[in-house]
Amino acid sequence: MPRRTDIESVLVIGSGPIVIGQACEFDYSGTQACRVLREEGFRVVLVNSNPATIMTDPEFADATYVEPITPEYVEKVIEKERPNALLATLGGQTALNAAIALHDNGVLEKYGVELIGASVDAIQRGENRESFKHIVEKLGAEVARSRICHSLDDVMGAAAELGYPLVVRPSFTMGGVGSGMAYDEADLRRIAGAGLVASPTTEVLIEESILGWKEYELEVMRDKADNVVIICSIENVDPMGVHTGDSVTVAPAMTLTDREYQVMRDLAIGIIREVGVDTGGCNIQFAVNPEDGRLIVIEMNPRVSRSSALASKATGFPIAKIAAKVAIGYTLDEIPNDITKQTPASFEPTLDYVVVKVPRFAFEKFPAADATLTTHMKSVGEAMAIGRNYTEALQKALRSLEKPEARFSWKGSPATELEPLLEAIKTPHDGRLRTVMDAIRAGATPEQIFEATRIDPWFVDQLYLIHETALQVAAAPRLTPEVIKLAKRHGFSDLQLAEIRGLTEDVVRGVRQALGIRPVYKTVDTCAAEFAAETPYHYSSYDEETEVAPRETPAVLILGSGPNRIGQGIEFDYSCVHASMALRDAGYCTVMVNCNPETVSTDYDTSDRLYFEPLTCEDVLEIVYAEMQAGPVAGVIVQLGGQTPLGLAQRLADAGVPIVGTSPEAIHLAEERGAFGKVLADASLPAPKHGTALSAEGAHEVAEEIGFPVLVRPSYVLGGRGMEIVYSSAELSAALERLGGGAAFEHPVLIDRFLDDAVEIDVDGLFDGDELFLGGVMEHIEEAGVHSGDSSCALPPITLGNADIEKIRASTEAIARGVGVRGLLNVQYALAGDVLYVLEANPRASRTVPFVSKATATPLAKAAARVMLGATIAELRSEGMLPAVGDGGTLPASTPIAVKEAVMPFNRFRTIDGRSVDTVLGPEMRSTGEVMGMDDNFGTAFAKSQAGASQPLPGSGKVFVSVANRDKRHMIFPVKRLADLGFQIYATEGTADVLRRNGVEAVTVRKSSQGPGPNGEPTIVQMVQDGELNLIVNTPIGITQGGSPRLDGYEIRSAAVARNIPCITTVQGLAAAVQGIEAQQAGDIGVRSLQDWVPRIRGDVGV
Amino acid sequence: MSQPALLVLEDGRAFAGTSYGATGETFGEAVFTTGMTGYQETLTDPSYHRQIVTQTAPHIGNTGINDEDDESQKIWVSGYVVRDPARVPSNWRAKRSLDEQLKGQGIVGISGIDTRALTRHLRERGAMRAGISTEVLDPAALLEKVLQQPKMAGADLASEVTTFEPYVVPAEGEKRFTVVALDLGIKSMTPKRMAERGIEVHVMPATASLEEVLAVDPDGIFMSNGPGDPETTEHPTTLLKQLLEQNKPYFGICFGNQVFGRALGLGTFKLKYGHRGINQPVLDRATGKVEITAQNHGFAVDAPIEETVETPYGTAEVSHVSLNDNVVEGLRLTGRDGRVLAFSVQYHPEAAAGPHDSAYLFDRFVELMEGRA
Repeated sequence: MPRRTDIESVLVIGSGPIVIGQACEFDYSGTQACRVLREEGFRVVLVNSNPATIMTDPEFADATYVEPITPEYVEKVIEKERPNALLATLGGQTALNAAIALHDNGVLEKYGVELIGASVDAIQRGENRESFKHIVEKLGAEVARSRICHSLDDVMGAAAELGYPLVVRPSFTMGGVGSGMAYDEADLRRIAGAGLVASPTTEVLIEESILGWKEYELEVMRDKADNVVIICSIENVDPMGVHTGDSVTVAPAMTLTDREYQVMRDLAIGIIREVGVDTGGCNIQFAVNPEDGRLIVIEMNPRVSRSSALASKATGFPIAKIAAKVAIGYTLDEIPNDITKQTPASFEPTLDYVVVKVPRFAFEKFPAADATLTTHMKSVGEAMAIGRNYTEALQKALRSLEKPEARFSWKGSPATELEPLLEAIKTPHDGRLRTVMDAIRAGATPEQIFEATRIDPWFVDQLYLIHETALQVAAAPRLTPEVIKLAKRHGFSDLQLAEIRGLTEDVVRGVRQALGIRPVYKTVDTCAAEFAAETPYHYSSYDEETEVAPRETPAVLILGSGPNRIGQGIEFDYSCVHASMALRDAGYCTVMVNCNPETVSTDYDTSDRLYFEPLTCEDVLEIVYAEMQAGPVAGVIVQLGGQTPLGLAQRLADAGVPIVGTSPEAIHLAEERGAFGKVLADASLPAPKHGTALSAEGAHEVAEEIGFPVLVRPSYVLGGRGMEIVYSSAELSAALERLGGGAAFEHPVLIDRFLDDAVEIDVDGLFDGDELFLGGVMEHIEEAGVHSGDSSCALPPITLGNADIEKIRASTEAIARGVGVRGLLNVQYALAGDVLYVLEANPRASRTVPFVSKATATPLAKAAARVMLGATIAELRSEGMLPAVGDGGTLPASTPIAVKEAVMPFNRFRTIDGRSVDTVLGPEMRSTGEVMGMDDNFGTAFAKSQAGASQPLPGSGKVFVSVANRDKRHMIFPVKRLADLGFQIYATEGTADVLRRNGVEAVTVRKSSQGPGPNGEPTIVQMVQDGELNLIVNTPIGITQGGSPRLDGYEIRSAAVARNIPCITTVQGLAAAVQGIEAQQAGDIGVRSLQDWVPRIRGDVGV
Repeated sequence: MSQPALLVLEDGRAFAGTSYGATGETFGEAVFTTGMTGYQETLTDPSYHRQIVTQTAPHIGNTGINDEDDESQKIWVSGYVVRDPARVPSNWRAKRSLDEQLKGQGIVGISGIDTRALTRHLRERGAMRAGISTEVLDPAALLEKVLQQPKMAGADLASEVTTFEPYVVPAEGEKRFTVVALDLGIKSMTPKRMAERGIEVHVMPATASLEEVLAVDPDGIFMSNGPGDPETTEHPTTLLKQLLEQNKPYFGICFGNQVFGRALGLGTFKLKYGHRGINQPVLDRATGKVEITAQNHGFAVDAPIEETVETPYGTAEVSHVSLNDNVVEGLRLTGRDGRVLAFSVQYHPEAAAGPHDSAYLFDRFVELMEGRA
């Protein structure tokens, strides 16, 4: 049965911005799908608001709409493009929900669009808990005892029946939003109340607790001939009670007999058939009682999921690609297995290695948040590692997290008291396995560990195996080959061995290499070596035989960015993938190194070779060595993967690794304050007054000298980690305290004069040593002081003149030359008055590279990769990769405005007492993702960016305004305009007075501290909670202060988060919102594909 | 505490590792199996008699040994090769550790070697004779012993694994049929699958005569899986021919498929490294559907895939093929009226270990006996 011929064009919906629970795994799956559909000759129409994705690169679809994924906008795309079919099972819950909405409102029927992959009925059967329960029971299996509830009264009734503890699960949400474990009535009211709101169908499931049971997942694939295969089994090391996205997970399942596994397999197949997912993938979760094996089906996702990406990387079976193929009519036996080429995709992958996935959290960004792990996903990224056994894979995974405290350590003496550790491991938390190991060191028995954690005894024993190995290393008279080999077999790094032996890492490495002990590289081949593998997808292991093939083409190694975290995410992967594409085209053998299973970079056919490995110095050096044995190596790229590879640059260079592009010395020059200051001084470029301190005392001296307010931050960080703006000496002391410095700091603390009221400008440029290509100039909408990653920005800059841009060009070129850049450079400027201050320069790919590339239709990262390998900008211009003339600083007037908006994860975190964390933007980056809105003018583009970020601007209704004194002057005009546009204005007393004196009618609302009025007048917080307001403007008094929220506006903002009401926290944001609202009111906003915008960006059409 | 062990292949490749299970010395044909679950079933599968089995899955023994999952009375593999044996078993059904079980039954094994390198070697060079020893640790010395061992081709092993005495597995629920199952190395799940369908199964030794078979007045005949070279199986082939002449419905699995092929006049041959695993895709040529199957065979039937073959008993054709390498995975015999008379598959529908996709074949056997096929 070949592909369908009755459809010609397919609409693919992506998953939008990166949020917790829905990350770049859907870019990976969507990119595969688009690629397949185009190869098969379909016209592909894509909607995805996230510009940092590979799938939204114009060459992956015929028409790429970077527009909001809302029913309204997608309908506009459908109306314009008239696709025959819609594929919505590869864009996460976002795409699925959009498809259901378009079905429900009749749009699909109206335009004759067929939903392929899974039908609406199937989606609903799979996601609706009641119908799913019936299906499971029909198959003779059990689900947890539960009740579906639509109100709090229902919920209380269910609790009476089932007893505590209870699990609350809202329907139709992703990543477990709104779900949680309730131990008593207060918990239940809070969690179920929020869950009812979070569910688009106001539906929650209240179910019996199966806390502590073993948890499993199966990835299933079906074709239209009803062939069903299991791609992968996954077992959670953390038992039930921790969201699978936050659990340490293992593939394949480790503790099932065949009989138990086959029961699950039969059920999974039965479920996909009964639910009626006609074609494509889905995942099904199970829980098993370790006491008696009682099996419970937890849930299914009738679509490609986060686990599908993990399973694809874990097995080499590309689930999304195959799902796309079966959706368009192929059967599994007609699709070849890419890896073996000889055998078909209608089989079940079998593994001769172990895969471990570990989550990466960002609690340091939300110090007020409760860091306990629950059924509500909180991790922002993950790392995966492959080893020939569990211990090797686990230790590799832990070091892939790039958090020193994540890996096991035997430094110092064991804790003397065991009890506190046993108590600590009862509660799931970030780094629990490390705490377990500490308890083992302190003398805990396996039984005690199991009792406290319910982690399966086999996994517990593996931790003892690691511990006993460490003891053997410690006890050995010297580091013999036997001892090193034994430790390496269980995944110990040179650094860990060094710690145990009291040596340096370099000494251990020297000894090990002198003894000829090096890892070999095995291949992920889907079939446990039963057939030869054609795809070099490698992982290291201390085993006997290596499988790296010799080659003659010079190789370029590209170091990826590791696990996603706030400040370093998909944007860096994007640049790495582009580098690989460009260098492959230029005739190099591209070798990708990364450990993030969510990404496109770790797809086995993105690069010529893939090493799924931790990005530590040791692991990278061994890969470089292996590739140098295999053939010539042209160089290693460290500039594109963010801080992770950049941090390795110097050590790699010291070890003789050829780093291409900007040299490690130049990278250091830009990071080091004094040296960089000299570069600026030599070029006569002003910078805010600044200084460096190594002690608290020194910091105070510097601050007094340059004057408050000052910006304080540690050096060598990404994403504004630990950065604060302080207005007084007392605030400075508190800030330094939070930086962990008493008397002295490990790295210097940087102190800058903070420029109030400046316009912040972000520039991405490309420098070949001679010519500067100004990639793009972005004007921030929020004032300086909000981290550039959290600020929205516009490109081309909306208020800068040509003279400003020429000044920016000259400054950027001077910095590039002064630092010695070869490749990309990101510079942040602040324009205060007429003075252009240089805030900082980073000689690497920035977070904004994909946004700039899309907004200017120029492949910056590809060009950068070529420049790093020696091409000149002039050559790239003549090749056509860069425009023949001009650059991002000379865009024609016909260029559309692109607005980038950050997407914040505030709804994911709760404080210990159950409230939302504060939402005020500050110098520390906290956004997880971004969207782009593009249109002819700023207002419309901004409105689109807000809709894309799931904070659509209201068209009418009630606006609440409460601003800090310093913002009162600036808010009058925009608020007046809102009133003119028909909004009713509500304000607290002070703000209302100011508005009235300026001729704006405002209803005075009671502050929360005032309590309800005598006639029951609600406070502002109550009004927000009751959903009476459509927009909230609340700027904080004073400045952001680490973990201590200021209570004034905090309650309002946290209530707004809970009710998902747009909440603006800066006056500049308000002004932009007003323009957006005006644009929305002015008339119908259209949609336009990137391909359609290109002539305007290139200036090929008149204005 | 860890005792060294050595594995040597007949082409001289050697792997030094650690002793696992019993100590001593053992020889057999080195093969690999790719199943990630089901080591207990694998070890007790008589088809592995005289084979040194390598598990490609690195962690073996995690769920220990229980009292329910054995496929026969004992472990049949002659040697066992694993990478990372479990130190503690973890499963609510586990009664003892795998290590204990291997030691208890005197099975010599080796652990800690690069099983993937071994697998790739066997894939490229084919299954071959091998030896494991904890006594002779000099590769050359062990190789000499390996080379003295008999080869698998030409080995008649059914007589070594078959039951001595006939026994009956009663039907579960109402008895509907009587079947004689010739034990060429039968796995206990096979009669169970039949019993579940109302079949009373008379399991007979491989040497059972026509008279003994007919004495129980069977509605159908079954021949099981088993070890060895099908070319050596004179008696079962002759017996099957006689039974086909009497129009007895027949169902064969694995070795039973090869015996069927030979009875129909087809040849059999040794595969380079065989099919051993529980993820093997097989195409049912009649329906176009794919089954994921459990397989364990080193020999296969040589039959034209696209053509039919006229035999004295009816028309034979290939019903199933492997999607991986086009090996014949099933045969069907039809009469002049187009009705199916007998069939067999090379893979394991009883699936222990393995997926249950092919359990329908037992239903088909029932239909055959009902005269509905």
